[in-house]
Parts: sequence; C-alpha cells; structure tokens
Amino acid sequence: MFDWLFPSPPDRRLLPGGKYSGPTPWLIAIMMFVMMIVAAAGLALAGGARLVREGVEHRYSIQIADGRAQEARAVAAARTAPGVTSATPVPEAELRDTLKQWLGPVAAGESADLPLPSLIEVELAPAADPKAVATAVRRAVPSARFVADQAQLSPMLGTLTSLTIIAAVLVALIAFATAAAVVLATRSALDTHRATIEVMHGIGATDVQVTRLFQRKIAIDALIGGVGGGLLAALILLLVASGGIGALGDWTNGSLLGLGDVAVLASLPLFAAILATLVARATVLRALRAQL
Amino acid sequence: MGLRYGTGGEVLRDLEFRLGAGAFYFLTGPSGAGKTSLLKLLYLAQRPTRGRISLFGEELTDAPRDVLPPFRRRIGVVFQDFRLVRHLSAFDNVALPLRIAGHGEAEVEGPVREMLAWVGLADRASARPPTLSGGEQQRVAIARAVIARPELLVADEPTGNVDAAMAQRILHLLTALNRLGTTVVVATHDLGLIAATPGSQLIRLENGNLIDPTGALKHPPVQSGTTYQPRAG
Repeated sequence: MFDWLFPSPPDRRLLPGGKYSGPTPWLIAIMMFVMMIVAAAGLALAGGARLVREGVEHRYSIQIADGRAQEARAVAAARTAPGVTSATPVPEAELRDTLKQWLGPVAAGESADLPLPSLIEVELAPAADPKAVATAVRRAVPSARFVADQAQLSPMLGTLTSLTIIAAVLVALIAFATAAAVVLATRSALDTHRATIEVMHGIGATDVQVTRLFQRKIAIDALIGGVGGGLLAALILLLVASGGIGALGDWTNGSLLGLGDVAVLASLPLFAAILATLVARATVLRALRAQL
Repeated sequence: MGLRYGTGGEVLRDLEFRLGAGAFYFLTGPSGAGKTSLLKLLYLAQRPTRGRISLFGEELTDAPRDVLPPFRRRIGVVFQDFRLVRHLSAFDNVALPLRIAGHGEAEVEGPVREMLAWVGLADRASARPPTLSGGEQQRVAIARAVIARPELLVADEPTGNVDAAMAQRILHLLTALNRLGTTVVVATHDLGLIAATPGSQLIRLENGNLIDPTGALKHPPVQSGTTYQPRAG
C-alpha cells in the first residue's frame, strides 16, 4: 500500500532534485506553523469555555432587590430545598468592595446612599431540579430572583464559542490554501518534467507509475515542511504555556490544552502530508488524463 | 483514415493500408508529407480524427487511454529528436522500457550492458545525454527502442546523425530484429538504406496521401502473427 514511498534507486532517479529543493517544503512549513498556532488558540478557547461552563454548571444565585431583611428566610428555604448542597449569603462588605472597583469610594461605606441587593450563592447537586429550588425560594420570599450563573456568563461563553468556530474555519481555510499551494507546486513539477513524462508514456508507463513518482516527492516535501513548521509552532506554544511569553502565560496558565488537544496538534503535520499527497495524486492524474 | 491537428487541414488523408506481421517497411516521402504524423499514429501518440486503427488484432481507435500502455510496451520507438531523459545515464535510458515493464534489476543489468556494447557505447554507460554526441544519443535511442524486443519497431530517421559505418550497423540490428519477427517501419530519406535492405517494402506519402498504385499495401500477403491495420472508416 505504501510501497510508492520506498521506490527503487532507478525509480528515484527519474525525478531529479533534492528533497529540500523548491519552495514547497517552506510553503508548507509556514502554513503548518500558522495552522498549529490557530488550532492551538481554538482548542485553548474551547477548553477555556468548557472549564468556565463546568465551573458554573451547578451554581446559582438568589438576588433579593429590597434588602437584607428577607435574606435569612431565603437562605433557610434554599437550604431545605432538595438537591441544594450549599447556600451562602455574600457579605455586604464583599459586595461593596466589588462595586468600589466601578463606583469608587461612594460604594465603600455602609452609610453611603446606595441600596444593595442581597446576594446568596447556591450550589446544587448534579441531579437537582433548579426549578423546584426556585419555587421553594420564591414561596418563602416572593421578590427573590433565582438566577443560573451560566445564564449570566452566556454572553462571554457565546463569544468564546464564536472565537472557537472562527479558529476552526481559519484552520480549514489554511488547509485549503495548503492544498491549493500543493496543486500549483504539482503543476509546476509536471511542467518541469513534461519531457520525462512523455517519454515514460511513450514507452508504456501507466498513469499510476507516473503519479507515484510525484506523490512521493510531494509527500516527502509536505512531511518535511509540516514537521518543521509544526516543531516551530510547538516551541512557541510551549513558551506560551510555560509563561515564557509574559501575560499570555499568565492568562492561559498552561492548563487550557489537554492531552487530547496536544494529540490533535501533533497529528496536524501528518494530516498535512496526507492531504498534500492526495491532492498531488489527484492533480497528476487529472493532468495526465488530458493527454493521450 | 485521416488526421488533422486542431482546426487545420488534414495532414493525412484517406489512408488505407495493412502492415504484414514480420515485414520490413520504409516510409518515404518529401518533407511535410506526413511521415512523422503517420508514425505517431503507429506508436499510439495520436488518434486519427476519422477512420479506424487496429493494432495487434485489437481495435484501438476509441480505446480508453488506460488500455493503451500494454500495447505501447509492445512497440519500440526511435524518435527523430531522440527524446532521451536528459538527467538519466545512457544505461538508465536504455533500461527504462524494461523497468517500466516491471523487470527486476537482475533482469535488466545484463541485457542493457549487452545492448550498449552492441551499439558501441559500453564505455559511455554512465554518461548523460547532454555529454553525448548526436550520433551517440541516436544509438542510445535505438538501444532503448529495441531492448524489450518489441513486436513493432517504429523509427524516424534512425540513421540521420550517424556515419555510414554506424548506419550500416544500425540497419543490421533492425534487420536482425525483423528476422526475429519484429515488424519494422523506418521513416527515412536515405535511398541507400532502402537499397541495402532487400525484401523491404515501401510506403510512400505525398501531401498526406498514400501512394499505393498496385494496392499491395491494402492487401499484403497473408502472414500469421501481429498485424497493424489502419483502415478507412
């Protein structure tokens, strides 16, 4: 099946030129570098979104707009509702500290003329029914709002999902551009070796015999370029993950790419080589069919 | 059958003939008469624009292109411009038909060395075509054409670039092959070559027309074996 990758020395001599000649390996290396960086960014975004989603999946908050008088009743109702693992009021000082970041000192003192809602953080067991908990809390405090944290984070999660999709589309576009580059490189190689092909055909070579020579050359170029570009991208990604690139390292904390993601990234050079080989094969066969 | 290139006029018109298996033909005619075009039809590099071609008993006019390689392997061709692969050595050029046919290196080495010695190029086996003289390139082209013992040998001016002694030697090789059963078609302007080949037949072209006053080319003597039959459709 892969015997075309290991031709005899005479067959190898039919298409001259070193393995590293021509722009194809360089082109594929650049494409692979960009593809891996974009793919890593997409996988990190997807991983980040997953982490956030999992972190808030069972977390809710009870918000009571008209003050703290009813807070104790709401907490009690929540704690007795089935499936609630914890219900903890957020201290007013903590709320004011948070608000201080946006409103300044006016939010800091208790005497400030700024009414604050009561906020109770609730965590549910995985099998709990949030609607039943909400009903129980509203029965105790009709003005209470029972809000899923995930709903509050949905704009951010939506943005992360959109960015992930954009990264996936970019990877697909880069793969398409790589395929187009391989088509051009293959056509150029066909033009360069047209005389040899004509002689081979005249002597009775089949299309498959001619195609094997080109698909091997392109496969080797693609593998060299893919591995080269991939290794450079891996180095950059390792620097980012280890915090070697300042704020990026702080942001990602090196934890957003799992083993599965790394396996996907590591398979990209192989994917590029397979893609290039198939595209080269199809291009050569199509070009040969135009001849007698 | 007829042949035209693109929208131009016909370069071959109403040709009808049969090649007898094992016969020796010289194809003659003035420059531009259509000799090279007819040879292209013979070695399956071109399809006729009208009419029919059968080769080795098979109708090939509209045969799918993937059917043609096995037939091409039964034909040896000496091109007027040699068409050697420039980056391959003389040895590799001569070995090409055997390797394409799937022969292993053990089956290639001996016959190729022998053939190169026969055409006087034993010591030039590793030389590449650009370093060979025109005559040497022509001998490599001839060696490549005959190495696989083809059933049909088509040669376009095979002695055009060699001296008289080598021309005689090449002619002997072609006649020896012919005696072994290969049908030979040689396009040439060299009347001496024709005169030196008793028993050969003449195919004469003029302005794309076949000159066959006796009808001998349409109805050659019946012979067994390979036949080549371009005929009017």
